[in-house]
Amino acid sequence: MPLFEEGLVSLSQKLHSKEIKASDLVDEAFTRIHDVDGDVQAFLTLNEEAARSEAKAIDENGSAEDAILTGMPIGIKDNMVTKGLKTTCASHILENYDPLYDATVVEKVKTQKAITIGKLNMDEFAMGSSTETSSFAITKNPWDLERVPGGSSGGSAAAVAAGEVLFALGTDTGGSIRQPSAFCGVVGMKPTYGRVSRYGLVAFASSLDQAGPITRTVEDNAYLLETIAGLDRHDSTSADLAVPHYAAALTGDIKGLRVAVPKEYLGEGIDESVKANIRAAIKQLESLGAVVDEVSLPHSKYAVPAYYIIASSEASANLARFDGVRYGVRAETNDLIDMYNKSRSEGFGDEVKRRIMLGTFALSSGYYDAYYKKAQQVRTLIKQDFEKVFKDHDIIVGPTTPTTAFKIGENIDDPLTMYANDLLTIPVNLAGIPAISLPCGLADGLPVGLQMIGRPFGEETLYRAAHAYEQTAGFTLTPAKGAMNK
Amino acid sequence: MSRIDEEQVKYVANLARLSFNDQEIKTFTTQLDAIIGFAEQLNELDTEGIEPTTHVLDMYNVMREDVVEPSLPREEALKNAPLQEDGQVKVPLIMEAD
Repeated sequence: MPLFEEGLVSLSQKLHSKEIKASDLVDEAFTRIHDVDGDVQAFLTLNEEAARSEAKAIDENGSAEDAILTGMPIGIKDNMVTKGLKTTCASHILENYDPLYDATVVEKVKTQKAITIGKLNMDEFAMGSSTETSSFAITKNPWDLERVPGGSSGGSAAAVAAGEVLFALGTDTGGSIRQPSAFCGVVGMKPTYGRVSRYGLVAFASSLDQAGPITRTVEDNAYLLETIAGLDRHDSTSADLAVPHYAAALTGDIKGLRVAVPKEYLGEGIDESVKANIRAAIKQLESLGAVVDEVSLPHSKYAVPAYYIIASSEASANLARFDGVRYGVRAETNDLIDMYNKSRSEGFGDEVKRRIMLGTFALSSGYYDAYYKKAQQVRTLIKQDFEKVFKDHDIIVGPTTPTTAFKIGENIDDPLTMYANDLLTIPVNLAGIPAISLPCGLADGLPVGLQMIGRPFGEETLYRAAHAYEQTAGFTLTPAKGAMNK
Repeated sequence: MSRIDEEQVKYVANLARLSFNDQEIKTFTTQLDAIIGFAEQLNELDTEGIEPTTHVLDMYNVMREDVVEPSLPREEALKNAPLQEDGQVKVPLIMEAD
């Protein structure tokens, strides 16, 4: 059995008792990458030499007892800066970018001596839902190589599902952790806005972006979030709140938990096979003692249009920094404005340009009130929908995505269909609240994701509910025996 | 009825410092028109008097002591610059020489 299937707690105990070595874990990662990544293409950059020497140092010097992540192979999404390790955001404009510092989340896993295996593919600047907008590679879903892994953290979810790393870090602006986790049959948490520092993440939409863990199990996820969360003096939007020991919340007891099921989340536009799996999961929660109610989030259908105005507006401002002057690729011309135009036009792909154009339009004089301000007002209504439900419910449950993983090429030429795939994840980002996606079964051989949404800083409740479900769901998901056949 | 025409797309492209050929202008005009049309669903909602949400947390200024700390050495800071000269980033001429 692959070591990674044992989970973090068991591996960490075996490492401390010298039953296994950090080098064994790193070996497993690179052997697996060698075997399957030619097919999956989850990685953009490997960190093999450094990873092997870090493992050797741990094996020779031992590790601190309290650092549970020591020696554990982790993959990092390529929009998180890593000192001395190329960070491209899957964009030509940053194809040579060599960061000068580590993102706070990277620094935190490094402090525990987790071992960075490499940088993971994504949609260019995290703009996309399929990882197809990457400038460098098309990542495949390990369950079916003709299908997308989801996005934008598609490389992160695929690498975990394919057993290439024990776990990975992703970012989620409109569903970019949860949707690929659902498509690849793994566990992904988008924490409350402010729970995790954004310092060193290449900014997409600053009022929505949040980093989080993608793992095989809920327990691993809880440990990884505990490691990366917390106040950071480099990010003034990081919350000044103590970080709980999330794993302590995994009691298995959800008796009396008040669960809300929004009728909009099991309505029009959601595949029947997805609904059937979600209904079965809700029954399972009931059998564990949860009290389930149907509720309404009446403004749900306005979340996608509001999101695309807000996220694109913020992106158009954030991506203004890519001008070919201080870093990134520069097109050589004799005129400064021309250099900006050419560097950006040659460096960015179509989806990024589309969003910069949409955002610039929405923020331009004469249109600001009609589009940008309107979208922000709708954002308030969406946030209020959630607040009303959370007055007398502990969590909200529904599907993560309306369908299972779609085929490569199926939606890429139709932006609006692609955007619609995020209709169940986007409201959470607009409201700034936490949500987790975990596998709840298969539909036609492809994983279905169960989404649980919580109150602001209610991650403990989400982990408790997700873990109770996971422990009793009665199936194990592993794609390794499926599509890749290795 | 189209909401956005090719002239507007060219105007916005210039604001965004992006340049497109004629074919790209046509494609972007069609796609942006569709996306903006989609966004106009928001007009179904009466938002009179609704406070816009710019940020989900209660934001406040975060202050710290103004203390000098080590910063990046110049060579490091310039490491990713496409063109440099005399310890500075070099760009094309921005003013005509006299």
